[in-house]
Amino acid sequence: MPVDIDIAHVARLARLALDDSELEIYRRQLSQILEHAAKVQSVATDDTAPTAHPLGLTNSFRSDVVQPSLDRDEVLSQAPESQDGYFVVPPALEVDG
Amino acid sequence: MSLADLTIVEAGRRLEAGEITSVDLTEAVLERATMTEAQLHCYLTIDRDGALESAAASDERRSQGRALGPLDGIPVALKDNMCTRGVETTAASQILAGWVPPYDAHVVERLREAGAVLVGKTNLDEFAMGSSTENSAYGPTRNPWDTDRVPGGSSGGSAAAVAAGSALGSLGSDTGGSIRQPAALCGVVGVKPTYGRVSRYGLIAFASSLDQIGPLARSVDDARLLLETIWGHDPRDATSYPGEYPSLAAALDRGVGGMRIGVVEEFGGEGYEKAVEAAVSATIERLAGAGAEIVEVSIPTAQVALSAYYLIAPAEASANLARFDGVRYGNRVPGDTTEEMMARTRAAGFGPEVKRRILLGTYALSAGYYDAFYGKAQQVRTRLIQEFRAAYETADVLISPTSPTVAFELGARVDDPLSMYLSDVCTLPVNLTGDPAISVPVGTDDAGLPIGLQVMAPALGEEQMFCVAAEVERLAAFDARPPLGDAS
Amino acid sequence: MSWEPVIGIETHVELKTDSKMFCGCAVGFGEEPNTNVCPVCLGLPGALPVTNQRAIEWITAIGLALDCQISSTSVFHRKNYFYADLPKNYQISQYDIPVCHDGHLDVDVDGETIRVGIERAHMEEDTGKSRHVGGGGRIHQAEATLLDFNRSGVPLVEIVSRPDIHSAAQARAYAQELRAVVAELGVSDARMEEGSIRFDANVSVRPAGSSELGTKVEIKNMNSFRSLERAIDFEITRQIAALERGEKLVQETRHWDEESGVTHTMRVKEGSSDYRYFTEPDLPPLVLDEDWVERIAATLPELPSARRARYAAAGLDPQIASVLSSAEPELRQLYEDAVAAGADPKAAANWVTGDVTAGLRRLGRAVEEAFLSGEVIADLVKMVTDGKISSSAAKEVLAGVMEGEGTPAEVAEKRDLLQISDSSELEGLIASVLEQNPDAVERYRSGEAKVIGFLVGQVMKTSGGKADPKLVNELLRRNLES
Repeated sequence: MPVDIDIAHVARLARLALDDSELEIYRRQLSQILEHAAKVQSVATDDTAPTAHPLGLTNSFRSDVVQPSLDRDEVLSQAPESQDGYFVVPPALEVDG
Repeated sequence: MSLADLTIVEAGRRLEAGEITSVDLTEAVLERATMTEAQLHCYLTIDRDGALESAAASDERRSQGRALGPLDGIPVALKDNMCTRGVETTAASQILAGWVPPYDAHVVERLREAGAVLVGKTNLDEFAMGSSTENSAYGPTRNPWDTDRVPGGSSGGSAAAVAAGSALGSLGSDTGGSIRQPAALCGVVGVKPTYGRVSRYGLIAFASSLDQIGPLARSVDDARLLLETIWGHDPRDATSYPGEYPSLAAALDRGVGGMRIGVVEEFGGEGYEKAVEAAVSATIERLAGAGAEIVEVSIPTAQVALSAYYLIAPAEASANLARFDGVRYGNRVPGDTTEEMMARTRAAGFGPEVKRRILLGTYALSAGYYDAFYGKAQQVRTRLIQEFRAAYETADVLISPTSPTVAFELGARVDDPLSMYLSDVCTLPVNLTGDPAISVPVGTDDAGLPIGLQVMAPALGEEQMFCVAAEVERLAAFDARPPLGDAS
Repeated sequence: MSWEPVIGIETHVELKTDSKMFCGCAVGFGEEPNTNVCPVCLGLPGALPVTNQRAIEWITAIGLALDCQISSTSVFHRKNYFYADLPKNYQISQYDIPVCHDGHLDVDVDGETIRVGIERAHMEEDTGKSRHVGGGGRIHQAEATLLDFNRSGVPLVEIVSRPDIHSAAQARAYAQELRAVVAELGVSDARMEEGSIRFDANVSVRPAGSSELGTKVEIKNMNSFRSLERAIDFEITRQIAALERGEKLVQETRHWDEESGVTHTMRVKEGSSDYRYFTEPDLPPLVLDEDWVERIAATLPELPSARRARYAAAGLDPQIASVLSSAEPELRQLYEDAVAAGADPKAAANWVTGDVTAGLRRLGRAVEEAFLSGEVIADLVKMVTDGKISSSAAKEVLAGVMEGEGTPAEVAEKRDLLQISDSSELEGLIASVLEQNPDAVERYRSGEAKVIGFLVGQVMKTSGGKADPKLVNELLRRNLES
């Protein structure tokens, strides 16, 4: 199965800033891997449910009980930038729609 | 022989008998590391002071008759994708360079509670993505048996450290063979338990529905000890198995008389080295001689398991690795907007294999391709589970080579992702099914490179798996040592 | 041409569980930034989510209150998009199998009941909060976004209505009714101004009579019911005007600006349509069997619509029934207690929704702090019916009770508000008034009936306003006609 990939779009979705030559390398590699991966289509799977969880557990709840939170200074000590108890990032170009 | 070359069981016996101290043992291991690290690079971080402190504390406990159990005072290593409070954890990625977790992974807590001495954090393929440990942002680990060759991966550092004597045992993580394949290539024992047996809390996720933590050790019994220490239900992992956890020790001495051992037809032939197939055949014959019934089984879907795996694992990984964005921790590459900062941070912070898999997974999940790729792969997964289940109607365990080849040379497969992926062809099916499997060294090829045999069992069937693994170990009587390790 | 608006509402309800959806951090409001955070809700490497059972119980309750089907098996999905306030850069949400689906909510609008379909209600986690700051207050003198993850991981229920709403007023009524239901269930603070309940509207218009849907616009950022109604009205007008000018509408998200009273285009994140949903591998499926559903159903309180129906059956005006139904629970209880103590429901409801509510608000007190009880209201009602006090005096009695002056009887006594309702005492006053006004008596007897008003007035005046006017009227007639 020939695989046509809009690699620039995929890189944008994945938030990876790649230049044109990198994009071309990944496009070629992905096509090759996907061609191999497309072998899954040779297996007849009508009426076969997908498996997302191998062990088949259900629910696995926790009770609504408050546990201690982390120390803020310890958390913010790992942040690339912080100020007044907040994490800081450059302004967003787009809003969350 | 250096204390660093003892098995955990033997070291434990000597500690208990008062013949040695944990400080002796830890110093021997650290000394071995000092001697070998420049060449092997098993570790990303060695916590010398922390290890000696734990060892002294262990000796103090023991002197007061308060030893914590068979792992008290035993130096072990952790793959660097398990969070350790206060000790840098990088998953061998540039994006996490310098990150110090504010919490311990569940398995780290369990090891600390058992009194184990944590020597350090071992090297891996970045985010556990790879089969050679060449994808580490901090340079590759080399195979102690031949330093021109890879140790396998992704838990290459953990496997090489145990083989070289810079730890008595270690923990790795296995998503498609990442414990078993390096164990085979380094001549040690490696276990992937049933999915859900060992809590993933604090394991930096690669593919959540496939990842499982397990031990690497110099003997089946050592691996059992480590496994029994780290497994058990953990309420912080919703996929943690809440049922019974049997004691495994008795199973090791049971023998294989009357057991049905299935040989999987699909794991052999083209691409498999002759020495590997010969070693496996010899073991099968010995098992028959020991009273096992050998049966042939077929798992046709195993042949497309690799394809399914390379859709499911990258898809999950693409989401799991989205959190590395330069906002809350790790490294940041500046940008004028959030979007630009994130995209630059990720492009600079991830290595090529990680980027490749993120792109692959993102593509496989994206609108218009989901059904053909990811959705289909999940159905194939169901088929595979059904076929394994059917195979276990006629066999109690299944065996196969762990890896089609012995350790390959550094650089041999880095430019050909697909050939690298083929290293996992025997190991990854049970990650898809969730079943347990173990790799046991059974011999060497003409060049003296180790060969591993894989024993697979149905989900939660660790008892029968260890029973057969122990027999394989006895029959193979593998006692070769890597040249580097023989320093005493 | 006449146009028909078609509106659907997406509602996000923050649950007020003690701990967050997938971790043990406290759910709070207005606390110091980044103090209620842990590896899970900060998306630290290696952290794993575990589902809060109470949140699943509460979404089940919401579903049952909205007459939804509860899925016997439902699954969590990862919704993938990058945003700085979303720590994992995916949101744990639900996709094709939500916990609740196919329900409805009946809403009263202008004396008419409309039924709004509920397509689904699903469980998800909230994001953190981001705040934009300008160059001035910051180290690098550049614009920046500050991030607080206290809200990250708070349980959120998204309720999606069907496009069954056709005016801004209906939309407002739906939102208010839904808020009342959620508040009644006690599962959320449901405060719009604090964002614990948030309404987004999908608005389109089409030629009246058409069955096709027009281009849909999503509007956001309405923080009161009034702004919800205003924003929708604005949007309907804008869309109709554009269509009548022959313009084409674009499907987009628009932001309501409260101050200028207009909506404007938002720049929406790239690729938002491609969320790459897939099953959350870290969370096993939810299995909510019949026992589970029955157990939750047994805990449901009386819902506002049922209560309104019950009030109406007791004879309350629809308007009063509606006000009382959405009143504070302690006020509703006061009404119930008064009726239980023998008060006429209608009179009790009028008191509770009228002078009692106003008085409490003035005093800034709770029912008990204002010495009120079902007996007090019942006594008050009875004193008026029995003619012991006038309606206007009753208001003063109530005020006295609420100031702590005693029981209604004691207050009436102390403030000298009791009416003279003793016939023998009144007979004397009447006799003297008749004696002093022979003209009026003559005119009445000759058929000028309305003159009785003058005579009643004279008796009231003589009594110092304390006579029971009804009784006076009755006794006067008897005297004049004998």
